[in-house]
Amino acid sequence: MTDDMLPPVDDLTAPWWDATRERRLLLQKCGACAAVQHYPRRVCTSCGAVDAHTWVEACGLGTVDSYTVVHRAPAPGVAVPYTVARVRLAEGPLILTRLTGVPDDGTAFDAELELTWLPLADGRHLPAFRACAVPSAGRRGD
Amino acid sequence: MSGIALAGAAECDLGSTGMSVLDLQVQAVKRALDDAGLRLADVDGMATNNVGRFSTTALADYLGLRPAWVDSSFVGGSAFEAYVARAAQAITAGQAEVVVVSYASNQRSARSRSLGGVREDHLPEAQFEVPYAPLYPISYYAMAAQAYLHRYGATREQLAEVAVAARAWALLNPAAFRHGAGPLTVADVLAAPMVSSPLTTADCCLVTDGGGAVVVTSLERARDLRHPPAVVLGYGESTSHTAMATRDDILDTGADRSARAAYRRAGLAPGDVDVAMVYDSFTITPLLSLEALGLCPPGQAAGVVADGHTRPGGRLPVNTNGGGLSYCHPGQYGVLLLVEAVRQLRGTCGARQVPGAEVAVAHGTGGIFSHSATVLLGVDR
Ligand SMILES: [Zn+2]
Repeated sequence: MTDDMLPPVDDLTAPWWDATRERRLLLQKCGACAAVQHYPRRVCTSCGAVDAHTWVEACGLGTVDSYTVVHRAPAPGVAVPYTVARVRLAEGPLILTRLTGVPDDGTAFDAELELTWLPLADGRHLPAFRACAVPSAGRRGD
Repeated sequence: MSGIALAGAAECDLGSTGMSVLDLQVQAVKRALDDAGLRLADVDGMATNNVGRFSTTALADYLGLRPAWVDSSFVGGSAFEAYVARAAQAITAGQAEVVVVSYASNQRSARSRSLGGVREDHLPEAQFEVPYAPLYPISYYAMAAQAYLHRYGATREQLAEVAVAARAWALLNPAAFRHGAGPLTVADVLAAPMVSSPLTTADCCLVTDGGGAVVVTSLERARDLRHPPAVVLGYGESTSHTAMATRDDILDTGADRSARAAYRRAGLAPGDVDVAMVYDSFTITPLLSLEALGLCPPGQAAGVVADGHTRPGGRLPVNTNGGGLSYCHPGQYGVLLLVEAVRQLRGTCGARQVPGAEVAVAHGTGGIFSHSATVLLGVDR
């Protein structure tokens, strides 16, 4: 991860980013219709309610929606290769993330995933995913 | 549907030009007007982008024009198909009479293309997607390709055939960047350097200078001009997403909605299409578009292409200029889909002419399958 390119934070997303300091992945749950969504935003894309969300913690399990292994660095200092993926969280939403321990072949789509964390220079973390050490026995992530 | 036509069409210089964006724009606009037999002073409507922050006003100023109607919607390379639709509406509404839709880029000469895209700190992607360092836009198309191969059991070799077919057409087009490069094989595509799996450099469009313009006017006026009109039969568009993990089904691009609207307006069905220009930013792109356009059944476009049907002489000629993969890709390619469609309908494509082409579709894809726009064109009957 490139530490000199720390992700920005805003008022709405500060609680989400703060939770990553404790390695907790938060999702927005709509107080009006109960839909769960990611990325965080003011509007519920299911019912249109504004500022109606609460935060719920993801269980940390997921599956591969799709993925790609990046072989060319988008910027100087980014080490390749690495795997970028769309992961389907157990709660339903998709998350763009990194994937480790999953081979670049057709079997990737069958992998059961668990949450792991990539540290950022300022104490925050990026949620990432890896193949479950023990399938169907997923943990919240360390 | 409409009494609207494309009366002029032209490319500016292509490839590696060493020219500025405005120089190339002037070429594109002037050549398209010359092609139509019109003058700059006839133009009262303009649609373009990529000139500056205020693209249409900047280009109008440079050309010394004060147009009554402009559009500079910025939705990616499909914008030009959408511009034709809006120009048709503006002309029908009496807001303009002669609209020039133009585009130019000098991205190859200027070395302005970046693999990582542009980070905009105020948008959610800066927080929730950019930190994972996907290549933009390649990694999204790569994930779509991966999902397509997995869902339909298509093979990597079939995907490569899209680039092979594009090269076969480019060998027939003297204006194509790869015209003199010789045939491409599946093995060549697979052996090219991997960029974002499963896509190699040979699955990715060219990075070239270039652009072009088309002249939109009433069918009535077009009939008095230099060439037989290409009639605007129908159009449609769809906006879908801009983040990489927003669209629930990565293979649901919205192109089907765009295509259906175009067919409905035209009173046509997929079987009526004689030649298809579909945006080929990456080898996966035209596969999904051909299926969305109803030109191939869902999940079967890869097989149709691999069987050679989209190549010269095939029953479904696609991207007869050689496409973004082998002809020209100046960042936004959509205007060149229209230019080639017009030439096919005029019957002026020489060695790559599709005999008797009467209906052509130009289908643009912008961003990361973010925006789709479809224009159906036909000969004047
Ligand atoms: Zn809601």
